[in-house]
Amino acid sequence: MPRRLWFRIGLVSVVIAISLFYLYPPKKRINLGLDLQGGIHLVLGVEADKFVASQTERAAEDFKNGLERKGVGVRKVASEGLGRVAVELANPTNLNDALTVAAEFSTFDVTNRDDKAGRFTLAMRERQITQLRDDAVRQGVETIRNRVDQFGVAEPTITRQGSDRILIQLPGVQDPERAKALIGKTALLEFKLLDEQTPVEQALAGRVPETSEILYQRIVDKDSKAERKQPYVVQKRTLLTGAELTRAEVQADPNSPGNWQVAIEFTATGARIFGDVTEQNVGRRLAIILDGNLYSAPRINERIPGGRAVITGQFSVDEARDLAIVLRAGALPAPVTILEERTVGPSLGADSIRQGMIAILGSAAAVVVFMLLYYRLSGLIADVALVLNLMILLASMAAFGATLTLPGIAGIALTIGMAVDTNILIFERIREELRVGKSPRSAIEAGFHRALRTIIDTHLTVMVTAAILYNFGTGPVKGFAVSLFVGLAASLFTAYFFTRLLFDLVYVGRRKVESVSI
Amino acid sequence: MIELFHEPRYNFIGKRKWAYIVSIAITLIALLSLATKGLHYDIDFTGGTLVQVRFEQPPSVAAIRAGLTRIKLGESIIQQFGDPREYIIRMPLTSTTSEELAKRMEAALKQESSLGSFEIRRVEFVGPQVGKELQWQAVQAVFVGLVGILLYIALRFDLKGGVAAVVAVFHDVLVCLGAISLTGREFSLPVLAALLTIIGFSVNDTIVAYDRLRENRGKFVPKGKTFAEQMNDAVNQTLSRTVLTSLTVFLSAAILLFFGGKTLEDFAFVLFVGVITGTYSTTYVAAALVVDWTRYVEGRVGRGKKAVAKA
Repeated sequence: MPRRLWFRIGLVSVVIAISLFYLYPPKKRINLGLDLQGGIHLVLGVEADKFVASQTERAAEDFKNGLERKGVGVRKVASEGLGRVAVELANPTNLNDALTVAAEFSTFDVTNRDDKAGRFTLAMRERQITQLRDDAVRQGVETIRNRVDQFGVAEPTITRQGSDRILIQLPGVQDPERAKALIGKTALLEFKLLDEQTPVEQALAGRVPETSEILYQRIVDKDSKAERKQPYVVQKRTLLTGAELTRAEVQADPNSPGNWQVAIEFTATGARIFGDVTEQNVGRRLAIILDGNLYSAPRINERIPGGRAVITGQFSVDEARDLAIVLRAGALPAPVTILEERTVGPSLGADSIRQGMIAILGSAAAVVVFMLLYYRLSGLIADVALVLNLMILLASMAAFGATLTLPGIAGIALTIGMAVDTNILIFERIREELRVGKSPRSAIEAGFHRALRTIIDTHLTVMVTAAILYNFGTGPVKGFAVSLFVGLAASLFTAYFFTRLLFDLVYVGRRKVESVSI
Repeated sequence: MIELFHEPRYNFIGKRKWAYIVSIAITLIALLSLATKGLHYDIDFTGGTLVQVRFEQPPSVAAIRAGLTRIKLGESIIQQFGDPREYIIRMPLTSTTSEELAKRMEAALKQESSLGSFEIRRVEFVGPQVGKELQWQAVQAVFVGLVGILLYIALRFDLKGGVAAVVAVFHDVLVCLGAISLTGREFSLPVLAALLTIIGFSVNDTIVAYDRLRENRGKFVPKGKTFAEQMNDAVNQTLSRTVLTSLTVFLSAAILLFFGGKTLEDFAFVLFVGVITGTYSTTYVAAALVVDWTRYVEGRVGRGKKAVAKA
C-alpha cells in the first residue's frame, strides 16, 4: 500500500480515538441546555446609574461633613442629575475654603462656579462614571454568584453580557420563584431611626419633614392570611448598612412560635458604630429596613455592645434561610430588573429530549436506508461516514464544552441531511465518469477530484451563514448555529478523508477492479 | 444501478418565461398575505409572557379563560400545544413583572375548580427592550447573511451570479414568510433559525449549478451553444444530485415536522417549504436571471459592434 494511504489511515484512526475519548461516558460528556434538562435562564439588567447616584449621594454627604469640619456654613449641598452635586454656601466669602475641601474629591471637577453667589457644582468625571457603572455590573455578578453558590445549584452559569447585563443559567432548579427572589433581591439592609416627632397621620396627609420619609411594614395576619401595610415615619439618614456584616444565621423566633428570624453579627467597625448609635439613642426606636421595607423597629433600651442584632418579620424557614444567604452574600450595588426569563420544568425537558432523539434517529434511519438502496456498497460507505460524522460532531461539542439545546438537535438532524449531500455529489460524479467510459479507478479518482471544489464551496457558504447566526443570534439560535457549524466542518473532514479512504481501501488496493458498486 | 434520471436533457432554461410568471405570482401571494394577514410575532420579538401548563385532565378553554379574566388577563392567547392536556397561554406585556404574573396566574387557575390540578412546565418572559433587540438582530442576521453570500459568490464566480443568487434567496425567504403568514404560524427565534438555514441551503444548490457551468466552460469553449443552452446543460448534469439531496433534506425536515414534537414544528415547517422553493429557485430564479442578464449584456455588445461596422 502507498505511504499516503497509511498516513490517512493513521489520521482517521486518531480522529476516531479522540472522538471516543471525548464522548465516553456520553451522559456526563454532553452538556444539555436548559430547555432539555430543565432550569432557569435569566437576563438581568443592572440599573448601573443608580449606583452612580448612590455614590454621588455619599460624596455629597462627605463633602458636607468636610465643610462642617472647616467651619464653612452651607445653604445647600444636594445631588442633582447624574454625578452632580450642587453646592451653595451660606457666605460667599468662604468660597476658597470650600474649594480646598472640594480639591480633596479627586474624582470630581468644580464647574458652574459663581463666586458672587457662592455657588458651584461638583461634577463627577466622565471616566469615573464609566468606572462606577462597570463596577456596579461586576460587583453584581460577584454578589449573585455568591448567593447562587450558597443556595446550592450544580453548575450555574453567571456571566456578564454586554455592558450592563447579567446572564444567569441555573440548570435543574425546582423552585424557580424562590431562586428568582433570591437573585433579584437588592438586599440593602439599613438601620435608621424612627422620626417620633412627626405623627404618622400628619405624614400621611403629606406633611413629611424634609429629613424623613414614610416606610411600610408588611404584616400578614396569621389566620386570614390577609396582608396589610403599616406606615412608619423614618429619618432618611442611614446609620449603618449591611455592608458591615460578618454573619447571618437562621434561628427560631422565641417570641412567635413557628416563625423564624435571622441573627446577624457585625464586623469590628460595624459593632463599634452600632454600639455608638445605640448609646446615643437610648429610648428611641431603631428601624431595620431591607430594600425599603421596614421589618421591625425595636426600642433601644441600652447600649448594645458586641454588634449583634436580630431581624424578625414572620419569616418561614425558607424565607429566613434565603434572607440569611442574601445578607451574607452582600447587597447588590444597584437594583436589577429581569429583562428576559425562560424557565423550563424538568418533565418538559425530558419530553423534548425524547422527541428530539426520535427526530434524529428517524431522519438518520431514513437517510441510511435510502443511501443503501440507491448506492449499494457505496451507500454503505456513506452510511459509515455518516456515523463517524455524528461522532465527531458530538465529540467536538463535548470537547469545546458547547451546550446541546433543542434547536441544536434540530441542527444535528439537518447536518445529517447536508452530510449526505456531500456523498451524493461525489457518487453522482463518479457515475458520470463511469458513463463516459472511464475505468473504475480513474472514475473514482476523477469523481472525488471534481466534486471536491463544489463541496468546499457549498460547505463554506453554509458555514458563513452559521457563523453569522452565531454572532447575531441569542440562546436558542446560537445552539443551532454551533451544531450546524461543527457538523459541516465534520462533514468536510469525513468526505475528504474518510469516504475517500474507504473507497481506496475497497477498490484501489485491489489489483483489478471490474466494476464499482454505486 | 438505480437511476432517477438517465442523462437528462430537459429544457429547463427554455421555459423560464413561464417560471418567471409562477415566481412573480407566488411572491405576490406571499406579499399579499404578509400585507393583509401579517406575521404573528412570538413573544421573543414582541415581548410578553408565555406560560406552558399541563393539566391532569383535558381542560376547557372557557374555564382557563374564566380563570384568567379574574385577574384581568382574559385577552391572553390560549392555545392547545400538542397533547390535549397541554396548553400555552401568551400574555401581553404588562407592568407587573414576570414572577408576579406567573404566580397570579397560577392562583387564578387554581380557583377554577373544574380545571383540576396542573403543572406549570415552562415560563418565558421577554422584556420590551430585549424583544426590540431580538427583532433588530433578526433583520441584521438576514441581511448580513445575504451580503456575506453575495460577496462570497461574487469573489468565487462573478457579480452577476452573486446578485442572481441573492435574488433567488430573497425569493425563498419571501415564500417561506408568506407560508408562515398564510398558515397563521408564529414567527419565533427557531423559525428565524430555519429561515437562515434555508438561505444556506438555497445558496448551496445554486453554487452547485454555477460550479458545473464554470467547469464546463473551463474545459473547452463550446461552439454553437448559446449561454442559455450551456446553463441548461449544467442544470441537467447536476439534476440527479439536486433532486437526491433535496429529497434527503426534505425527508429529514418531514420527520422533524411529524415526529419532532410541537416545539420544533414551526421550525420544521419552514425547512419543509424552504427545501422545495430553494430547489426551484436555483434553476428558475438564479440560473434564469444569469442567463437573461448575460443575453442582455451580449445583446448590447453585439449592437455596439454592428454600429461600429456600419460606420
